[in-house]
Amino acid sequence: MNGMMTQLLGWVDARFPLTKMWKEHLSEYYAPKNFNFWYFFGSLALLVLVIQIVSGIFLTMSYKPDGNLAFGSVEYIMRDVDWGWLIRYTHSTGASAFFAVVYLHMFRGLMYGSYKAPRELLWIFGCLIYLALMAEAFFGYLLPWGQMSYWGAQVIVNLFSAVPFVGDELSLWIRGDFVVSDATLNRFFAFHVIAVPLVLIGLVVAHVIALHEVGSNNPDGIEIKKNKGPDGKPLDGIPFHPYYTVKDIVGVVVFLMVFFAIVFFAPEMGGFFLEHPNFEPANPLKTPLHIAPVWYFTPFYAILRAVPSIAGSAFPGVMAMGAAVVILFFLPWLDRSPVKSIRYRGLCFKVLLFLFVADFIMLGYLGMKPTTDLYKLLAQIGTVYYFVFFAALAIIPKFEKTKPVPERVTE
Amino acid sequence: MKKLIIALLFALPAAAMAAGAGPHLEPANIDLNDKASLQRGARLFVNYCLSCHSAAYQRYNRMGRDIGLTEEQVAGNLLLAGDKVGETMTIAMQQADAKRWFGAPPPDLSVIARARGVDYIYTYLKTFYIDEKRPFGVNNAVFPAASMPHVLWELEGLKKAITKTEVDAQGTETTVITGYEMVRAGSMSEAEYDQAARDLTAFLTYTAEPVKLERQRLGIWVLLFLAIFFVFAYALKKEYWKDVH
Amino acid sequence: MSTEGVDKGRRRFLTAATSVVGAVGAGYAITPFVMSMMPSARAQAAGAPVEADVSKLEPGQMMTVEWRGKPVWIVRRTEQNLQDLPSLDELLLDPTSDGSNQQPEYAKNPFRTREDRKDYAVLVGICTHLGCSPTYRPDIGAADLGGAEWKGGFFCPCHGSKFDLAGRVFSGVPAPKNLEVPPYMFLSETRILVGDDGGAA
Repeated sequence: MNGMMTQLLGWVDARFPLTKMWKEHLSEYYAPKNFNFWYFFGSLALLVLVIQIVSGIFLTMSYKPDGNLAFGSVEYIMRDVDWGWLIRYTHSTGASAFFAVVYLHMFRGLMYGSYKAPRELLWIFGCLIYLALMAEAFFGYLLPWGQMSYWGAQVIVNLFSAVPFVGDELSLWIRGDFVVSDATLNRFFAFHVIAVPLVLIGLVVAHVIALHEVGSNNPDGIEIKKNKGPDGKPLDGIPFHPYYTVKDIVGVVVFLMVFFAIVFFAPEMGGFFLEHPNFEPANPLKTPLHIAPVWYFTPFYAILRAVPSIAGSAFPGVMAMGAAVVILFFLPWLDRSPVKSIRYRGLCFKVLLFLFVADFIMLGYLGMKPTTDLYKLLAQIGTVYYFVFFAALAIIPKFEKTKPVPERVTE
Repeated sequence: MKKLIIALLFALPAAAMAAGAGPHLEPANIDLNDKASLQRGARLFVNYCLSCHSAAYQRYNRMGRDIGLTEEQVAGNLLLAGDKVGETMTIAMQQADAKRWFGAPPPDLSVIARARGVDYIYTYLKTFYIDEKRPFGVNNAVFPAASMPHVLWELEGLKKAITKTEVDAQGTETTVITGYEMVRAGSMSEAEYDQAARDLTAFLTYTAEPVKLERQRLGIWVLLFLAIFFVFAYALKKEYWKDVH
Repeated sequence: MSTEGVDKGRRRFLTAATSVVGAVGAGYAITPFVMSMMPSARAQAAGAPVEADVSKLEPGQMMTVEWRGKPVWIVRRTEQNLQDLPSLDELLLDPTSDGSNQQPEYAKNPFRTREDRKDYAVLVGICTHLGCSPTYRPDIGAADLGGAEWKGGFFCPCHGSKFDLAGRVFSGVPAPKNLEVPPYMFLSETRILVGDDGGAA
């Protein structure tokens, strides 16, 4: 039996680099040995992508992308399709899980300077994945055709009409109609089910290839390739397989415990994952009292609302919201500190980063609430700090008191 | 720092939910495990609500299975003429007609408990009061200017609202309901109607998500399995990582 | 990093054990997805048995009801038809209905019906060749169907297959099997339930 397998493998290897890829990317791909908790989220993000694709495929078997049938088809899935409820809750929880995991994954990058040379392109692919993910979530949210789906899409698509000169035409083109309608639903379905997933998969492949080309960063921010042993392997590196495959399995199990605890016991998550107004079918004639995007968009929504209209145009808010995402792309060139990891950077950086996280959370909270004078002021302060953080990163290396970076990783 | 972030993340939902305006809602305290309550609720729903409100996503036979009734019992007691037990709880009234007669078409109630909340439904059923200015002669405390008549008035009776005027800091006057006074008794006592409202609310909560109890039951097994898997996976990880440490 | 003193046996055991638990988990995970593709409650409701009222059906007449999207014929044969049926055996491909599982046990007879109501045949009106719906030709001695040999039956216009009044297929035609008999039962003298026979095979 073993001989036959070896022969078969030989046959394949002569025609396809299977063993070569296995070695290059798994059994002889060396990763730093000091990965901590923050290094689980990359593999978890990949897991959630697979979960979303598989559950999404099965939802598509029963979902109907028609304004008259969509809401009913979701309830059909929940009640009449065997296990349909489980597939639906997996997908809705997975959407939020994806963002939770991705935000933690990005935070790791901020902490350890994983965006710095030679990983700038890796970071850029990551930012593109983030953008694609936001688009995917936005398109997907319209599909249940509930009140929040409908009006959330209406508000966001109307933002495009704030673009000078071409705004109205642009919105018309996106919607395919004068208001969000069946035409919009059908095309958002096409984007959500096939267009953006293809883009996402392509970007994730590029992201992993870029990673493997330069090798992973680590919590100490040291380049392990600088210290190689007599066998040419990094002294501080360990082969990804079996060590990180085995460790990531543990990460996956713990994640699934949290994930399924939510799916089986709190799929609505108090209205954060499945919003209450969305259990009412979309009604173009009745706007809900309070429209808010899903939690993962609220920080940017807060920034959008914080910036006042100038000369009657909401465009500055739109610009600020866009800039808040786009500025991430420039991080490798904004932060010029030669020290990668927070462990060896000055107090200034630590404080700045801590405040950034607190700020992001505060903006997220404010984005969920209706605007009051106080909230608007806080959102404005939050928006200013958001951009100040990035500017500060460019300035502080000049006078930052960093600690000496060790040669070898610390455990 | 990690802990602080996590703590903040958990504090958020609590804070968000604490801030919520609107009329005071009485806790419904329903019990989805109480099949008798669900059966009474089903009967109330079919007799009083189903003439105008559909529950178009709820199948009769599934309802029977879940609340402890056989298909014969469902067919004999809860089916409107012409319906089959495998069909959903639809109504004959056309949307266009409904709009003409009521102003707003009576919404489908399949998932109303998830859209508005359990306590909202319960309080809604209990706060109809006489208001001569409304087309059906009643108004409602949690849903002001509701287009619905008080279909359960024969059971509850008709009550009037006791109000007082409140003036706030800016000098604006608002009328606030402080209590009710029964004007015309119904066939049920207050406690009986209370229970009827609870039964109907329980039924509507059931029908909003029929699989709820089963999913919670399954969830325990899933988490148990994952806990066992964790033990093996962790032992495996520890064993291999001996090499590294 | 050192791989000295590695207990290979322990590693193999733990890997195997974890793999087994993982495989069980994978099985649990795949099952809901696979099962979700079975007919939903809505499909089952739509495929529910259908009642047919045969009170007005005269001998020699046929009525059609729809069951699971298919046409089901209820044919009330005449006394003459019932006498003729056993004599057709040499012309038929599968006169005793042994060839295939096209009918419940109680319909495995020359009349292809339940014992008690031989005159009513219940047949799925779909030709077993390529799925067209044959036409009812009860006219005995029809010239275009074999003259004196033709004792009444069904003729499929698509490729010329012929079936007798019990839905049994003739030899030498494209169709390979007798017409399907669905499960059915009599709810009363005049009501047939198509799609359910109360479990009696």
